[in-house]
Amino acid sequence: MMPLLSLLIWVPILGGVATLAAGDSRPTMAKWISLLAALVTLVLCIPLYTGFDNTTAAMQFEEMRPWISAFDVNYHLGVDGFSVPLILLTAFFGPLVVIAGWEVIKDKVHQYMAAFLIMEGLMVGVFSALDGLLFYVFFEAMLIPMFLVIGIWGGPNRVYATIKFFLYTFLGSVFMLVGIIYLYLNAGSWAITDWHALPLTMVEQKWIFLGLLAAFAVKIPMWPVHTWLPDAHVEAPTGGSVILAAIMLKIGGYGFIRFSLPITPDAAAALDWLMIALSLVAIVYIGFVALVQQDMKKLIAYSSISHMGFVTLGLFIAFAIYRNSGGTQGAGLGVEGAMVQMVSHGFISGALFLCVGVLYDRVHSREISAYGGVANTMPWFAFFAVLFLMANSGLPGTSGFVGEFMVILASFRANFWFAALAGLTLILGAAYSLWLVKRVIFGAVANKDVAALRDINGREALVLTTLAIAVVGMGVWPFPVVDMMHASVDQLLAHVIQSKLN
Amino acid sequence: MLLAAPELLVLVMACVVLCVDMYLREERRGIIHMLAMLTLVFAAIITLRQDAGIPSKEIETAFNGVFVRDYMGDLLKLFAYGTLALVFTYSKYFLRNNGLFRADFYTLSLFSLLGAMLLISGNSLIMVYLGLELTSLASYALVAFNRDSKDGSEAAMKYFVLGSMASGLLLYGMSMIYGATGTLALPAVAEALATTGTDNLLLVFGMVFLVVGIAFKLGVAPFHMWVPDVYQGAPLAATLFISTVPKLAAFAMAYRLLVSGMAPLHGDWLQMLAVLAVASIIVGNLAAIMQTNIRRMLAYSTISHMGFVLLGMLPGTGAGYGASLFYIIVYALMSAAAFGMLIMLSGKGHSVQDLDDLKGLNRHNGWLAAVMALVVFSMAGVPPLVGFFAKWLVIEAVLQAGLAWVAIVAVVFSVIGAYYYLRVVKIMYFDDAPSEVVHDGPVDFSAAISFNGLLMLALGLFSGGLIAVCVASFPA
Repeated sequence: MMPLLSLLIWVPILGGVATLAAGDSRPTMAKWISLLAALVTLVLCIPLYTGFDNTTAAMQFEEMRPWISAFDVNYHLGVDGFSVPLILLTAFFGPLVVIAGWEVIKDKVHQYMAAFLIMEGLMVGVFSALDGLLFYVFFEAMLIPMFLVIGIWGGPNRVYATIKFFLYTFLGSVFMLVGIIYLYLNAGSWAITDWHALPLTMVEQKWIFLGLLAAFAVKIPMWPVHTWLPDAHVEAPTGGSVILAAIMLKIGGYGFIRFSLPITPDAAAALDWLMIALSLVAIVYIGFVALVQQDMKKLIAYSSISHMGFVTLGLFIAFAIYRNSGGTQGAGLGVEGAMVQMVSHGFISGALFLCVGVLYDRVHSREISAYGGVANTMPWFAFFAVLFLMANSGLPGTSGFVGEFMVILASFRANFWFAALAGLTLILGAAYSLWLVKRVIFGAVANKDVAALRDINGREALVLTTLAIAVVGMGVWPFPVVDMMHASVDQLLAHVIQSKLN
Repeated sequence: MLLAAPELLVLVMACVVLCVDMYLREERRGIIHMLAMLTLVFAAIITLRQDAGIPSKEIETAFNGVFVRDYMGDLLKLFAYGTLALVFTYSKYFLRNNGLFRADFYTLSLFSLLGAMLLISGNSLIMVYLGLELTSLASYALVAFNRDSKDGSEAAMKYFVLGSMASGLLLYGMSMIYGATGTLALPAVAEALATTGTDNLLLVFGMVFLVVGIAFKLGVAPFHMWVPDVYQGAPLAATLFISTVPKLAAFAMAYRLLVSGMAPLHGDWLQMLAVLAVASIIVGNLAAIMQTNIRRMLAYSTISHMGFVLLGMLPGTGAGYGASLFYIIVYALMSAAAFGMLIMLSGKGHSVQDLDDLKGLNRHNGWLAAVMALVVFSMAGVPPLVGFFAKWLVIEAVLQAGLAWVAIVAVVFSVIGAYYYLRVVKIMYFDDAPSEVVHDGPVDFSAAISFNGLLMLALGLFSGGLIAVCVASFPA
């Protein structure tokens, strides 16, 4: 059988190397190579989707080769219902980012495209690694291309933003490294599934949980370690923001699902108050913070943090529900809601950053005050922007609604107040999204820059239409995604309610 | 075959190079370079032929047991030849550009290599000392070999005075060990310690002096003062040399003295090494942040790397020593690439000093910038580059020894350290270049530096082989 996961990882990476080889002098060739590589990767997802068996929680498409045999490290890949949707999301964004940068990037095109392709491969690697060290290698290696993307093609304050991004993430992940090495020394194996079965004392679990939390909380990001994200988003080029928001943040959520919950379930249960509290702070407080932003990208960045609060909330209310009802009924809704929220937020935030990119390419400003009445000169753009902002505020019929609704529904079973606070987001999200619409899209034409705007071209329309279809499609018919993860969610919940204390 | 054949070859060839030079006209000096490289190739062939492979843990001794050939020694020697080959390739360009292309550099390097090899194979206190002195004396001379350079002479003086003091301390310690155990042979010392016990003040004092001597040669805090000055002041080719081969030898010295000789005192030297290692990691990383001179920055980064090397020795297990061995080999390769790059960027008469000399390198020469970025990210310990695997193994060893706090300190300071490595990348990639500069080395230079840079990636992606070899070099 074809090593599908390896292909999904290495086709984009090698494509990136080929793009680099095209060199500075042949930008057109570099673009076409990168588009080809991204499209091939997307096509490779078809057998992944069709060949994936929804009915089992077992790892599929497994690959196993010894890597560092002296320390039992293996090149071990495999996917379950949690990884496949995220891999599909990653591959989906590959060609979009290439197309979005097609005309906009003028300087060092080959390096730009190569960085994104290599990042894509590494992110697929993160979602499919079943070996702890391999996961860590992918997880960290991603930083290098992102660091360069923000630093080379970013805005005026890019150096500060990119170093902050790198160091924040690096600091979080070294604690995870200590944690996973400890797990290896205890389990005698780097296989993540072996760690799931490893009995650990409460003290050990708490330390490991906190170590993992340091890495994933920064990545997702949770309040109060979120401050790198607005900076990074604002300074990053459009493609960088898209990948950062659409996929990199999901790696944090994925980490909780793959590591924190199943490896340290008792610590997660004991510390769930912390996670719920931080999630609610993110949802409510960051929602207010988003309201007062003057910069469009910053607003979307804060809205991302707020939406990621739903992911952590959905994952960690499971324990409260279990304590209340003695069963995992309803907890599944929370975890599935979190997953749906991740995928949906990937589409929406990616689309929103692309929309900002469209405006920025024309006016070279991200300030809300520089716009007004864009709908008059860019009706098609206005259509898409309003659609995505509506989806961002959780309008029923868009994908933004599904995940939030599932999580709020589940949190009712945990505690009324959780649900009430989480529900505030529907108001806050609507407030900052719609106010943004009012200030930027509608009203009279504000200045001559806006008056001179030209509507989106075919390339931009292609990208935005694709995303619009995804957002609406998932809002109306989310079951393909939900069904994919059903078995895995059940298995995860059955696993986490079992104590690992001995 | 004679066990010391590679050493004899290097000795003979060092003399031959010196003699041949007298009969060469200026334009034919390239022959010296060829001879030196051939020496390394043949030494490697002999060492490889002598070696029976990993499964064989057999240890052979010669010259009444003062000289030992074992797997670790062979591995270190092979990498010493390899890095020295890189050093020669890079240095040729530097020497030519600065009018220093004479046999001195090659002869001194080969003698220093000889000393390193003897040190690596030293099985008695006297052999270790002789090897150390040979390698050090040649290094002092290398630092001073550009006679017209004030900085070079100053650096050489510092290096020499502090180095001699360290040698004195080491010798003093050795005499105490001899007094306590009545033997110079390291295995016999270990045996004596095992039978008579370690409750002997003289012995412990002797050990302390040995540790100080080792710390000085490795350049770990608080015995690191010479490192930045020497790295900065020495001619680039000499800096390049002393950051590679002597470091490999210093690790061997630490292993031979502390583990082969004084394993029963493990509990005592463990604590000292832990303090030295943590101090180096802290001092090295913090001080490096403040540097604007890239050579001083690399010197402080070396200090922190040597701290990591010592960390691997803490648990006293084969896996731990293997981690240290892997780290020191990786360090030598990274350091060779970094200083090689500085040579590449130094044109005729100009020699790179400031970080800002790297400004906008990506714009002028994307490939060189990429190679340097690989090296720098590797030094920072970012996967998938090999530097990460070295740090991982060392931290695993520390956790295995139950020293979780040391591991935490090490990783936190490696994040702090990442900052100044990132700054190098920032300067190369994000800053604009001041003017058009052309960096164009000879073909063999470009090939070597590209190979060296890609090695960071290749050894990372395929780290399993070298790690297995390093771990298998030590009894479990």
